[in-house]
Amino acid sequence: MATLDSKVPAGPLADKWRKHKADIKLVNPANKRKYEVIVVGAGLAGSSCAATLADLGYKVKCFVFHDSPRRAHSIAAQGGINAAKNYQNDGDSVYRLFYDTIKGGDYRSREANVHRLAEVSVNIIDQCAATGVPFAREYGGLLANRSFGGAQVSRTFYARGQTGQQLLLGAYSQLSRAIGAGTVELHAQSEMLDLVLVGGQAKGIITRDLVSGKIERHAADAVVLATGGYGNVFNLSTYARGSNTTAIWRAYKRGACFANPCYTQIHPTCIPVSGDYQSKLTLMSESLRNDGRIWVPKNKADCGKDPNAIPEADRDYYLERMYPSFGNLCPRDIASRAAKRVCDEGRGVGPTALGVYLDFSDAIRRLGENGVRERYGNLFDIYHEITAESAYKTPMRIFPAVHYTMGGLWVDYNLMSNIPGLFVLGEANFSDHGANRLGASALMQGLADGYFVIPYTIGDYLASQKPGSRPSADSVEFKGAEENVTAMNRRFLANQGKAPVSHYHKRLGKIMWEFCGMARTKQGLEQALQQIPALREEFWANVRVPGSADTLNQSLEQAGRVADFLELGELMCRDALTREESCGGHFREEHQHPDGECKRDDANFGHAAAWEYQGPDKTPLRNVEALNYEFVKMSVRNYK
Amino acid sequence: MVAAQTSSQPFSITLRVWRQAGPKQPGKFVDYRSANLSPNMSFLEMLDVVNDELTAKGEEPIAFAHDCREGICGTCSCTINGKPHGPGRGVATCQVYMRSFRDGDVVTVEPFRAEAFPIVKDLITDRSAFDRIQQAGGFITARAGSAPDANAIPVPKPDADLAMDAATCIGCGACVAACKNASAMLFVAAKVSHLGLLPQGQAERDKRVLAMVQTMDELGFGNCTNQYECSAACPKLISHDFIARMNRDYFKASLRASFRPESIGASGGAG
Repeated sequence: MATLDSKVPAGPLADKWRKHKADIKLVNPANKRKYEVIVVGAGLAGSSCAATLADLGYKVKCFVFHDSPRRAHSIAAQGGINAAKNYQNDGDSVYRLFYDTIKGGDYRSREANVHRLAEVSVNIIDQCAATGVPFAREYGGLLANRSFGGAQVSRTFYARGQTGQQLLLGAYSQLSRAIGAGTVELHAQSEMLDLVLVGGQAKGIITRDLVSGKIERHAADAVVLATGGYGNVFNLSTYARGSNTTAIWRAYKRGACFANPCYTQIHPTCIPVSGDYQSKLTLMSESLRNDGRIWVPKNKADCGKDPNAIPEADRDYYLERMYPSFGNLCPRDIASRAAKRVCDEGRGVGPTALGVYLDFSDAIRRLGENGVRERYGNLFDIYHEITAESAYKTPMRIFPAVHYTMGGLWVDYNLMSNIPGLFVLGEANFSDHGANRLGASALMQGLADGYFVIPYTIGDYLASQKPGSRPSADSVEFKGAEENVTAMNRRFLANQGKAPVSHYHKRLGKIMWEFCGMARTKQGLEQALQQIPALREEFWANVRVPGSADTLNQSLEQAGRVADFLELGELMCRDALTREESCGGHFREEHQHPDGECKRDDANFGHAAAWEYQGPDKTPLRNVEALNYEFVKMSVRNYK
Repeated sequence: MVAAQTSSQPFSITLRVWRQAGPKQPGKFVDYRSANLSPNMSFLEMLDVVNDELTAKGEEPIAFAHDCREGICGTCSCTINGKPHGPGRGVATCQVYMRSFRDGDVVTVEPFRAEAFPIVKDLITDRSAFDRIQQAGGFITARAGSAPDANAIPVPKPDADLAMDAATCIGCGACVAACKNASAMLFVAAKVSHLGLLPQGQAERDKRVLAMVQTMDELGFGNCTNQYECSAACPKLISHDFIARMNRDYFKASLRASFRPESIGASGGAG
């Protein structure tokens, strides 16, 4: 049974991080260069971490499966990044950002981590501005803000609808600087396929060079995983096609606990599915809810009509009706479930009836078409490319889609997993967003972890490791892990099956969406727990992977990733089944208030569930970290 | 956007695809029939379907680069009917929809072609030369922890907006593929302009433009002869005006460097 010591420092909430930084061990500058750190992933968390550790003097190796670190999917975040700067003089503060995030997460995150996140949020904006991120400005040259869901202040910094791109390119520029200076060794198109433990500590990884096919062993003093979320388990999602769970899943199979896998975020504003061939769902930024109004017809009979022909009196602006104080800016989980509810009632719009309107006609009247174009032009363009419709003329059609995963590898306050020496940053860990993430908080967390947390906390671990004690990559542990990887590839290529990998990914996605999506039931989850192992068995018996292992082989890459999703999906359903309550993105139909809101059970489930691998086909162990709310009172979330 | 296919009826095309097993092997065009297409399908989804059919037959699928499929990561990179990123204006390959084609069309698909982007396999090229240009100077040196308050450095809105126009570059390489000289001037100019327009970027302005241009030249990209095919093919419609801006910067930096040669590129140690 794993020990889950959160290592949250004692003392008043606002002093914890300051005190912790003063208490933890340091590595002296001359010793730093004797330590090698492996960073896997180069999104916001990975690239900011790799650059910052290199600047501190550590030797860093950075691995990405993309052809360039600039491709990581942080790049697709549209709306913005939160920070408690209070530049708007509208009553924001570190405490308020902390409180909003805790409440938004439905009281399922760790207080101390979230407070630290809110504290360093202000440094992130400073750092990004210094690196040349072209944030939106007011005419006086100072930074502009916009509002986002789950908050009543304007604290979101943005760069048009491409904030993630600009922040990632900022972090990438710092990583590039370090690579150019020779302090980071970049391994592009190199995918981590196993974690190597020596003496119970994380000391290296096994990778496959995706171009040459070569399997490589890399040793280090510590390993940092910043490999993003696992939402592609649903096949259709707003994730990039390449986003996967492989790095964290294989670490899980080496003993790292996987916390709250069932916490997935379904984003309310995405472009609806159009057909079976679909590979990707495209997000329409939450920032659109600042000026767009969401509605469906009051009467089912109007659903097929031209929306512009439906009079005001026959429209149901259901978010404004149900949540008058937050209205269209209520949190994502609430907005998504409300959309599902009106569609379930038969009031959905569009060819599949799985859609609601996001209407800008009021905003166009208020700001003019150009005013709206200035704020959201690129999003309207994307919408037009995909649907061939102009949202200036007719309301957008939107529907919820999988967007983010709050669950991930369990980490303590130092962002270290239960495996010593294995650190997990950004979306890949479970720490900050509880059961639901607020908009514009993912970018904040990625950069907080990489720029401002790990540079301090990794030293505390490395200081306990003798310089030069790094094991050799030729040791038996490395060779064993390498054999694991090559055996799996051999098995895929020798399989004389019939169906392509995508066939199984699609079927898994359908099971997950139906039973482990926006609403979950005991019966449905039990069904999924029957279906997924059967599908997995069929996959291994019948999948077809053409080509060879010693060239670029996209089918082989995909096969490994889907094999992991087929195991992860089962764990997610198991977690969802065990969590007999509703909270945030996890909605169990059995547990709801009469008005359809989440009914939490703090007495029995006020904890993080961290699953521990027990071997193939064995039920994993459910460990528990109690969430002790010392400073905030757990209460029913109310956005009315 | 060319909206050629107006009906929602399923239709078929013939794909003429560049197949090349590896960097050293010879390549050739191979024809595939792609049927049952919906106008709402993306071009890459059409390739997915073709690939699944090839796989089921035991053939190797067509290797193509892709990731975000929403036009922002810059991974996808096909030349479709001779045009980098295909029909349409201001879109990447992943944002091309089958409604741009007609029933019975023969659609040619090639990798981005440039000496500095060697072919890896089929439609995939190695564009790491762009990363090396960035590493030479595409940054502002700012270590985490040392930044002043973000509002301590006001940036006039027009400058910030123009910097943002340049910064929207997704690093796809279409500018290079579209240029008859395979020049990377638009890519480099976008980064030089983005950082050079901001007050934060002034300290390294000269060093940046000189180093990035020098690296670009060393990596085998051609020169600019002002045809502006780059801007026309750019999925973010980045203006060739930035090339003029970079030329001006480069000229001034070269002049200053010739008068103060010791100050350019000197890293300087602590006393």
